[in-house]
Amino acid sequence: MGRINLRQVSKSFGGVAVIPELDLDIGEGEFVVFVGPSGCGKSTLLRLIAGLEDMSGGTIKIDGEDVTSQPPAKRGLSMVFQSYALYPHMSVYGNIAFPLKMAGDDKATIDKKVQDAARILNLTDYLDRKPRQLSGGQRQRVAIGRAIVREPRAFLFDEPLSNLDAALRVAMRLEITELHHQLGTTMIYVTHDQTEAMTMADRIVVLNKGRIEQVGSPLDLYRKPANLFVAGFIGSPKMNLVSGAEAAKLGAATVGVRPEHMAVSRESGLWQGTIGIAEHLGSDTFLHVRTEGAGPMTARVSGEMGLTHGETVWLSPAPDKVHRFDQAGLSL
Amino acid sequence: MARAVSTPRKLAFTAIGWSIGLLIFFPILWTAITSFKTEGEAIASPPSFLFFHWTLENYAEVQSRSDYLKHFINSVVISFGSTGLGLLIAIPAAWAMAFSPTKRTKDVLMWMLSTKMMPPVGVLVPIYLLFRDTGLLDKLTGLVIVMTLINLPIMVWMLYTYFRDIPGEILEAARMDGATLAKEIVYVLTPMAIPGIASTVLLNVILSWNEAFWTLNLTAAGAAPLTAFIASYSSPEGLFWAKLSAASTLAVAPILVLGWFSQRQLVRGLTFGAVK
Repeated sequence: MGRINLRQVSKSFGGVAVIPELDLDIGEGEFVVFVGPSGCGKSTLLRLIAGLEDMSGGTIKIDGEDVTSQPPAKRGLSMVFQSYALYPHMSVYGNIAFPLKMAGDDKATIDKKVQDAARILNLTDYLDRKPRQLSGGQRQRVAIGRAIVREPRAFLFDEPLSNLDAALRVAMRLEITELHHQLGTTMIYVTHDQTEAMTMADRIVVLNKGRIEQVGSPLDLYRKPANLFVAGFIGSPKMNLVSGAEAAKLGAATVGVRPEHMAVSRESGLWQGTIGIAEHLGSDTFLHVRTEGAGPMTARVSGEMGLTHGETVWLSPAPDKVHRFDQAGLSL
Repeated sequence: MARAVSTPRKLAFTAIGWSIGLLIFFPILWTAITSFKTEGEAIASPPSFLFFHWTLENYAEVQSRSDYLKHFINSVVISFGSTGLGLLIAIPAAWAMAFSPTKRTKDVLMWMLSTKMMPPVGVLVPIYLLFRDTGLLDKLTGLVIVMTLINLPIMVWMLYTYFRDIPGEILEAARMDGATLAKEIVYVLTPMAIPGIASTVLLNVILSWNEAFWTLNLTAAGAAPLTAFIASYSSPEGLFWAKLSAASTLAVAPILVLGWFSQRQLVRGLTFGAVK
């Protein structure tokens, strides 16, 4: 349960193609993350799968069944919205029970399922409250509760954590991943945050201007980015990209070196530069270096190195960790 | 950061607030007091506030000279009738504009509002002639129609503002949760919109209740509401201040009571969307 196949799916808004033709297969029980910059079409793609937007072309199949022309309710999917979209006039219980009520379940079944969901999500003490009496994290849990009671074929998450503060975001990230392990249901998760994508996904779909740039496991994308866009988008801090004469020396139109694969030395190396800013995180230090010839670069060193603003350093990429790209920006 | 306000300042502001409140309320209070005076005391100079001969004779006189209940019922029919009819048109209109707006939506709203910018007297003659030819003069039906049309722009605007504040994602969530359009309307949309609809109803009942221009010009005896009832006490032969006051008090009392009980709802309705 929960196989989703997209074939030549496209969407235009008033003549503007937001998503040109696109194919994608999502396997049973997979946790797939759509990631990309804002406006890349990831939310639109999710809404097409949900049935909240009409497609301009193509077909969507869920478990082999063509759902292209079916309304959202008939697709057997649940969705968690960015704004939580709870029903403000209903209690937490009422919110979680709503999909069951719509499905025509009897009172006893509804009660059992709501209580089960509340237990999984630690909401048992809040069932009588209204959404406005809850914190952001609790609201998010209610939204998830409402999604899981229906036992859908797949869950759709539309940037569900972007309204939470940083600490809560990390906690909820773990909770959702854990929920996925518990339920084993297919999940499609949209985010613009590459850290969420890296930490949660079985497979990441990187989108740019409505096109799929690359599909793969988080480490695949990290190790073997297919092109410059993916190289620049996945990984934090961003990959250093150098083009021109310096890149030609290494046999490519553009070379990319991740900050963590850059060796820093006070004596010698490939690129000489001056430290602009040193960010000390305790566990790591990020050095923003202005190099001669290769432009600004970032290096990530483990622990404290005792380097500060204004010092001269040499940077050299780890030889087996250099990414090479051709003129068109594709990986060599 | 909250500003610290000293006690004398607070007292001064309180005094100013009460003075302004009393100033605004004074005409109504004065009308009510005058209604309990005799005609002689009502025009006495200097006027007395409390120490006069309190009497109910004006109320008795007003009731015996003209039928209060009949005018009252006419007022109720006109104000509630026009509000009900207006809702039937305004809800779908506001709904469509709030949930599937087009690039012309703003223009349509502006156009509707622009009809309120024209002085009513500008269309008095054509409307009067239309009413005469269709036999609607001095008929409740006619007044309900006119009142509906007059207040429709305000109703649509108020409901539109209300509906627009209902997040679209909640409706989408209902759709995802398996609600059909009918269930979506019954379980999600209507409960969320009820406060907005209620305050729209209240405001429109009050506006229609107090509307005097059309009710005076389009009625004679049959369909005359309370506004005409008051006006009948101001005649060219002379003003009967005490009786006029008694009639006014009787006319505003029902709406005042309605307003008093629903003031929270009303204030919320009028400021909704303006203050988040």
